[in-house]
Amino acid sequence: MKTALSFAMDFGSYALKGGAKYYAWLLFLAFFILVGSYTAYRQFTEGLILTGATDQVTLELFFANFVFTAHVAAAAVLVVAPGYLYHRKDMKELAVIGEIVAMIFVATGITFILFHMGRPDRVLHMIPGIGFPNFPNSMLVYDTIVLNVYLLLNLTGVIYILYKKYVGRFEAKQLAIWFRPIVFLAIAWGPLIHIVTAFVLESNARVGLWATAVLPFAFLSMAGASGPSLIVIIFLLARKFTKLEINDSVIDLLTTIIAWSLGIIILVFAAEIFTLLYPSTEHADSLKYSMFGHNGLNMYVPWFWVTMVAILGSFVALLFRKVRRSYDFLLPLVCFVVFIAILVEKPMILVFPAFSPSPLGEYTEYHVTFIEFFNVLFVWAIGFLSLTLIVKGAIGVLTGEVRYDKSSASS
Amino acid sequence: MSEEKIEELKAADDVQQGRREFLKHVSASSVAALVAAPESAEAVVDATNPDADITVAEYFQGHFLLMSDEEKRQALERLEKRYSAKYGKKTTVSDAPAPKDVLFGYALDISKCIGCRRCVHACVKENNQSRHDPEVQWIQVMKMPKGNISFTVDQLDKGYPEKSGFGDYGVQVGGNAYKTAGLSTEDAQNYYQDDTVPDKDYFYMPVQCQQCEKPPCVKACPVRATFRDHAGVVLIDYNWCIGCRMCQLACPYHARRFNWGEPNLPPEEMNPKTHYFGSRPRMRGVMEKCTFCVQRTREGRDPACKEACPVGARKFGNLLDPESDVRKVLATKRVFRFKEEFGTYPKFFYYIG
Repeated sequence: MKTALSFAMDFGSYALKGGAKYYAWLLFLAFFILVGSYTAYRQFTEGLILTGATDQVTLELFFANFVFTAHVAAAAVLVVAPGYLYHRKDMKELAVIGEIVAMIFVATGITFILFHMGRPDRVLHMIPGIGFPNFPNSMLVYDTIVLNVYLLLNLTGVIYILYKKYVGRFEAKQLAIWFRPIVFLAIAWGPLIHIVTAFVLESNARVGLWATAVLPFAFLSMAGASGPSLIVIIFLLARKFTKLEINDSVIDLLTTIIAWSLGIIILVFAAEIFTLLYPSTEHADSLKYSMFGHNGLNMYVPWFWVTMVAILGSFVALLFRKVRRSYDFLLPLVCFVVFIAILVEKPMILVFPAFSPSPLGEYTEYHVTFIEFFNVLFVWAIGFLSLTLIVKGAIGVLTGEVRYDKSSASS
Repeated sequence: MSEEKIEELKAADDVQQGRREFLKHVSASSVAALVAAPESAEAVVDATNPDADITVAEYFQGHFLLMSDEEKRQALERLEKRYSAKYGKKTTVSDAPAPKDVLFGYALDISKCIGCRRCVHACVKENNQSRHDPEVQWIQVMKMPKGNISFTVDQLDKGYPEKSGFGDYGVQVGGNAYKTAGLSTEDAQNYYQDDTVPDKDYFYMPVQCQQCEKPPCVKACPVRATFRDHAGVVLIDYNWCIGCRMCQLACPYHARRFNWGEPNLPPEEMNPKTHYFGSRPRMRGVMEKCTFCVQRTREGRDPACKEACPVGARKFGNLLDPESDVRKVLATKRVFRFKEEFGTYPKFFYYIG
């Protein structure tokens, strides 16, 4: 008990220590949390009418961002798997960072869903016993289950690894017998949360754009690109500003994963565009709308083409050794572009245009409101704040700067 | 703030307090007497927080279908009390069950419909929808061009085969080539503002909840707040809905409407005869939709939209009764279901003359 308490104390105090740049970053996030508290209060008291959502476009920015958080959360597996499945020594230590990213992003996604719900106060109606989840019919029930289990698995993994490292007993034989199954289950569960999230969308036959078997593959490849992009940025920052040792080989592996995930994304898009546009039936209407507009409504057109160019450009860029080896400038830049492109793709290509035409033939543009936008930033700011603090503390544990000191504990 | 103003506010607060105390002791039965006296009725209307106890009890209630009879009675009483106080009218909330051996069906003659939207407004009036910001309408009337609009005379000879280096390969362009014709949502106008109807160049098709036999919305609901009753009508427990809008996403008929904000229902326009699953006033953040006027049809009356139709384009009845209007339409007319390809098997049939 005493050890656990000192773990929390040491971890927390290390996480809060940092240079001027570190505090500037935390303050930057705190600003959005401050503004967001007000906008969130407005939304929870006045309702979703403050967002841009309508009966025609019923999913708002929150849901689109939720899909993206599932991308990143699922992709954290790609950092855990090389260490545990392929026994790569350079990755095994770092696996915990991947699990932290998974944990934070799943939690962020669940928060987005709470913002998406009209009655978040009634969320308990989904808990068996209190309510009656519509099992096995409703895909949202499956999604709730897989997300929460994934959150729990990663939470257990992160706390256990960090604590064991902290007290200095991290040899294989000193780990509990249940730990390895948990890690392997988490690795298997990562893709699962993503496939189920794709099924939540696919299950709606009336949305032509989503009625495609390729959606889970698109999601997994986007996960493979966006998640490692974030992790590469985290690793490069950690390498520069902390004592944590990260080999070039780790970065290179992740870069390869990003590049070929982008390759698969391009194939998936090409396949989808061909399948829809060649026969050009009513299923192609939404895609045509986002590619070329409809009768003067062309808000999504620039987003579509810019995103396509960004994905294609990043893929080509990562084929050059010079870019892959430019750890200080070009590689983080490309990673940032990939992350943002896939983040933007969610609302602007996947979600909003899919609702036009509506079942009764209406074409609609979605206009994000300020309150909605700041609520999204609010959730992201909370997510990134916790990510920063926990990763910082974890780095302290991994480098041995945060360690259980028997003499200080007993004194 | 000046001293007087504070005094004023305090006085107002006391009055408010008094009203609240007063309301706590008002039982459902005495509300009727209350309404009779104009001044006290006004007091009831003004009360902003009708009764905190009621709200808490309502918040913790379970799924209505699974309540015991006693719990149901209490839930209805709570609602009646709250609505009566809020709208200043004696409001009844019924939970009359669906009649036995009945399967409700609807038939609509699109050759008769004149697009007057009387059904739309009768529905809003009957079912206590939000009246402004926004006005929620459960029926949407599509205005579709007749063939003579699609295939305009001046364009008749303007079509030509697309030319290519290899000659004509059979694709027609120009003129009327790519015009839609007939029942297509592609050129449908849903928000037409005509001074007079019907427009002779158009025909009209009202769409509302199709009461599917295999409703995708019921399948999608994660908490079973929406379900099909044994008379075939898909209903919602507004107090159980979590507002996730998965049903709206699943519905191929755009039949479901969400209360994005607090519904604006002026007390003087409120219809006090309500049903738990039907026309009772909704709250913010829940889904609602056409119930075939469950508060009327369960008592053997017709839905408001059918009553409002001036040309008799709407027929309603029991699909299990061979003598009902709907069955006669099915037997004698050319009937079709809207968006049959979705495999939802609606009990709402369209027919042509």
